[in-house]
Parts: sequence; C-alpha cells; structure tokens
Amino acid sequence: MNTQFWLIQAFNGISYAALLFLVGSGLSLIFGVMRIVNLSHGSYFLLGGYVALSVIWTTGSWALSLPLAALSIAAVGLLMERIFLRPLGFDPLRQVLLTVGFAFLFQQAALDIWTGNNFDINPPEALTKTIVVGGLFLPLYRIFMIATAAAIGIGLWLIMEKTRMGAAVRATVDDAQMARGVGIDTSRISMFIFALGALLAALGGVIGGAFLGIYPGLDFEMLPIAFAVVIIGGMGSLGGAAIGALLVGLADNFGKALFPEVSYFTLYAPMALILAVKPTGLFGRE
Amino acid sequence: MTGQATKVLAVIVALTAIAVIVPNTNSFVILLTTRALAFSILVMSVDVLLGYTGLPSLGQAAYLGVGAYLTAILATRYQFGLGYDFWLVVVFGILIAAVLAAVFGLLAIRASGVYFLMITLALGQCAWGLAYRWNSLTGGDNGINLRGRPKFGIDLANEVTFFFLVFGFFVVSLLLMYTLVRSPFGRSLTGIRERELRMKILGYNTWLHKYVAFIIAGGFGGLAGVLWAHTAGIVSPENVVLTTSVDALLMAVLGGAGTLVGGVIGALIVFGLREYLSTLVPWWQYVLGSVYVLTILFLPTGLMGIPERIRQRQTLSGKREDVKEIAPVTS
Repeated sequence: MNTQFWLIQAFNGISYAALLFLVGSGLSLIFGVMRIVNLSHGSYFLLGGYVALSVIWTTGSWALSLPLAALSIAAVGLLMERIFLRPLGFDPLRQVLLTVGFAFLFQQAALDIWTGNNFDINPPEALTKTIVVGGLFLPLYRIFMIATAAAIGIGLWLIMEKTRMGAAVRATVDDAQMARGVGIDTSRISMFIFALGALLAALGGVIGGAFLGIYPGLDFEMLPIAFAVVIIGGMGSLGGAAIGALLVGLADNFGKALFPEVSYFTLYAPMALILAVKPTGLFGRE
Repeated sequence: MTGQATKVLAVIVALTAIAVIVPNTNSFVILLTTRALAFSILVMSVDVLLGYTGLPSLGQAAYLGVGAYLTAILATRYQFGLGYDFWLVVVFGILIAAVLAAVFGLLAIRASGVYFLMITLALGQCAWGLAYRWNSLTGGDNGINLRGRPKFGIDLANEVTFFFLVFGFFVVSLLLMYTLVRSPFGRSLTGIRERELRMKILGYNTWLHKYVAFIIAGGFGGLAGVLWAHTAGIVSPENVVLTTSVDALLMAVLGGAGTLVGGVIGALIVFGLREYLSTLVPWWQYVLGSVYVLTILFLPTGLMGIPERIRQRQTLSGKREDVKEIAPVTS
C-alpha cells in the first residue's frame, strides 16, 4: 500500500467516475425536468453498447459506432417519452413504473437480438497503448474516457448556463409550472432532455463497454450505481452529478480494493445516509 | 349485502377454491401456487405501504432477503429450525426483518414520493451488496442451498403439506393486514396517503404512523422470506436484488394498489407467466413487460379496479339515458 497503489486506484476511480458521469448526468437532468426516475436508464446504457457492437461488426469502425449508437438510443428515448410517458401527464409514480416495464422489454429484446453472450468492445489500436507519467503506467483509454467526460461535461454546462435553451431547461427544473406560465414549452424541453439523457447513457455504454464488457444483466447492475451518483450529487444538478460521479467512482474503487467483502455496502450506505440527512442530495434544489 | 361484504365473500370463495383445487392438480401447479402465495405476502406488505400509506417502496426485497438468509444460515450451519423450532425461526425471521425495517425506516420515512422510492432503492441495494459480497456469511453469488424442509409431526417435504402450510401463513397474513388497514390506525394511514399535511394539522403524528407501518410491512416481508427459503430451497442474492423489489411493486400495481388481495392476483399472474409461459415460448418476457406497460397505461387502478370501472361505465350510461328521458318533460 504505497503511494503508487493509492495513485493508481485514484486514477482508476476517476476514470470510472468519468463513465458514471455520462450515465448519471442524463438521469439527473431527466429527474430535474420531469420529476421522474428513469428506471430504463441502465437499459439505454446496455443497448448503446449493443448497437455499437453491431456497428463495429458491420462496418469495422469504432469511431462510427459512437455517434450511431448514441443517436439511435436517443431516438428510442425520444419515442418512449413521446408515445408512452407524455400521455400520462404529470404522474411520477406511474411514469416510473412504466420505465421499469420498458426495462424488462428492452432486456428481452437485447437477449433476442444479441444473444446472452459476453462481448467486449475493442477500441482502436491507438487508444490501447499505455503511457508512463512519473513512473505510473496509465492506460491511454482511461485518459480518453476522462477527457471525453470532461469535454461533454463542459459542453453541457456551457449549454445550460449560456444559451437560451439552457435557461429554459433550468427554469423548468426550478419550477415547471412557473416556466409554463412564462411561455416555455416544457413538454418540448422534457422531450429534448429525455432524448439527451438516453444519448449520454448510450455513449457511456459504448465507452464503458471496453472495460466493463457488454452482457445481459449489465442494465440492472448499472442502474443503481447511476442512482447513487445522482442521489449523492442532487437531482437535477449537473455539477452535483460530476461530484457524485467522482465520489461514487472513488468509493467503488477503493471499496473494492480495501474492503472487498463489504464493497457494495461502502457504496450504498453513504448514499442512504446522505439521502436521509438531505433528501434532495448534496447539491439538489428544494 | 353491502359492497364490502360481497368482496370479502368473493375472496373467501376464491381462497377456498384454491385450497380445494390446487392440491388435486399436478406438482407443477402446486409448486407454482406455493411460490406465488409465499411471495404475495411480500407483495401485500408492499401494498400496505404503497396502496394504503402512499409510500412506493423499491427496497422491499431486503426484508424478504434477511428472513430467507436467516432461515438458510440457521438451517445449514446450526441445524436449527428443522423441527418444531421452525416456529421459532418464523418468529426470528419476522423480528429481524422488523428490526431492519426499523433501522431503514429511520432513514427513509423522512422522504416521500419519488424520493422515498429512491432511498428505499438505495437501502435495498445496501442489503443486496452485503448478500452478494459477504461470502463467508452468505455464500456470495452461489447463495445457500437448504437440504430438506422442516419435519415436525407433519413432513413439509411433502408438496401438499407444504402448500397448506404456506397457504395457512398466507391466509393469516391476509387477515392480519386486512384488520390492520381497516383499523383506526389503517384509516389514518389512508388519511396520510390522501393528504399528509391535513393529518398533521389534525394532530396526528404522521411520521410515527408511517414508521410503524414501515416496520410492520418489514415484518411481513421477513415472514415471506422464511417461507420463500423453504419454498425455493435456495437463497441467493437474486432474492435481494433490485428486480425482486421491482417485481413486488409491479405485482401490487398490476393487481391493484390498495386492495391487498390484488397483490395475490398480480403474483399469481406474474409467476404463472414466468414459470408456465417460459416453458412454452421463448418470448414470454415480452408478454410480461407488455402486461406491465399496458396495465400502467390503461388500468391505473389495476386488475382489481376492473369491476369498479365497469360499474362506473354502466351507471354513467344509465344516467345518460335518464337524462334523455327527463329532458323532454322539463322542456
């Protein structure tokens, strides 16, 4: 347990956090705007990975699989929101239950289309190298993950803070009724945000598929972890999702390395405590 | 005869029918019904929270898990609970789950609505994480296999005997929970579901009401766990995982939240689809998923709400005819 161990674990934790941020930020935004927890978010993650696999098998291009998987899952999310969630109006519990129903449907569909085998998404050669920084061997792919998540995070933040669209989203998060009152089309906003959330989750699936693998059951494994991120950070807050992702990523890595027997406990117990003390999460708005 | 009396009578008839018909069928149906009945105790406990108190719990599998693991660990390590001491295990199972619910409740009851859903999910995942990773106690991913069921005067290894035991526990649980929700305490829970603020203003300690309901529901979850361990013969993290909690919640909604017996119908349908349909067709999960989606979209009151809906439609159309008849006279 020297410095090297701590540094490597921290680096692994941060790169895992990058992946968690992609999944968590979408979940968080969806909750903020629609006040629902999307229990099919893990399915978007898994389906994103599967679609990417299909793209790679047919075209052989990993770079092409990223946008194609993300966009096709965004379309799935968009249709789901328009056809099934929107007609229920404002009824969070029913909407949440509906998303579980879909999670089961997606699970079966994935099993039928892509079989029950475990797959790995192989990133291009250039990203599988390792670089040495100060005596530490760092896989380039994990650096790429961190960079991607950081870029997306900054991009999202700029959109939310600097554009008119972003202002409308923030207004909807704060008070949907008031936002409608001043002429913001909250229905369109929730459609946009739901699709965006699905897109980010699918992107996470493609990127994460390289070191988590893609296999049936990953959807319901990813979901509670994404929840932990959002709950710790506070729902509806991008900055919160980033902090939450970092905390969960590090807690998960160090938990598994230091106390393997209770590692999931070290992940979910702090989350339950935070929720009990501050139900809206660390950075959530009332 | 009042509406409530008719309903009670219908339930009694249905239960008698189950008790008479099921033992005379093949072992597949007996096992399936036993599973569904054991699980529906958990579903009813979800319903006490969801349907009567307005708290959507997404971590109820934790209580089933703790009861089931207790039974399995006592039976395999200490050979305890395989004779008359089975009844002690039942008591311990209920108590340990109630204690767990008392701890979890302290954290969860503060929240309501979707927040409650998420905090119970988090707590349920804590329990799952322990079951999954605490290899030395829980056997990790492999779980614990139980060798044989208890034997005391009667031999529970016999399917029909065991079915009647589970059926008995189920009927007693149903009666207890029915009494609970119709007691003044249960009425105030319904009041909290409808409008918590008003109940607070009326002087009710709503936190304590919800907390007690949460503990009672946890206790029934523990009972379901003890029975489940002996029904399935294996206890594994599968029993504590999120999807089990989701199943319990969806079964309650499918049958009709706030009806108790609706949960049994939900459980029977889901277990039937899962275990029977899965032997016939590979795409059974589409059917299950579609049943969930369609119920939530078109039957927010669940299957138990269908008669009520039909009656409403009839009275509505009846009224319209009345209006037509009266209209010419008044004009």
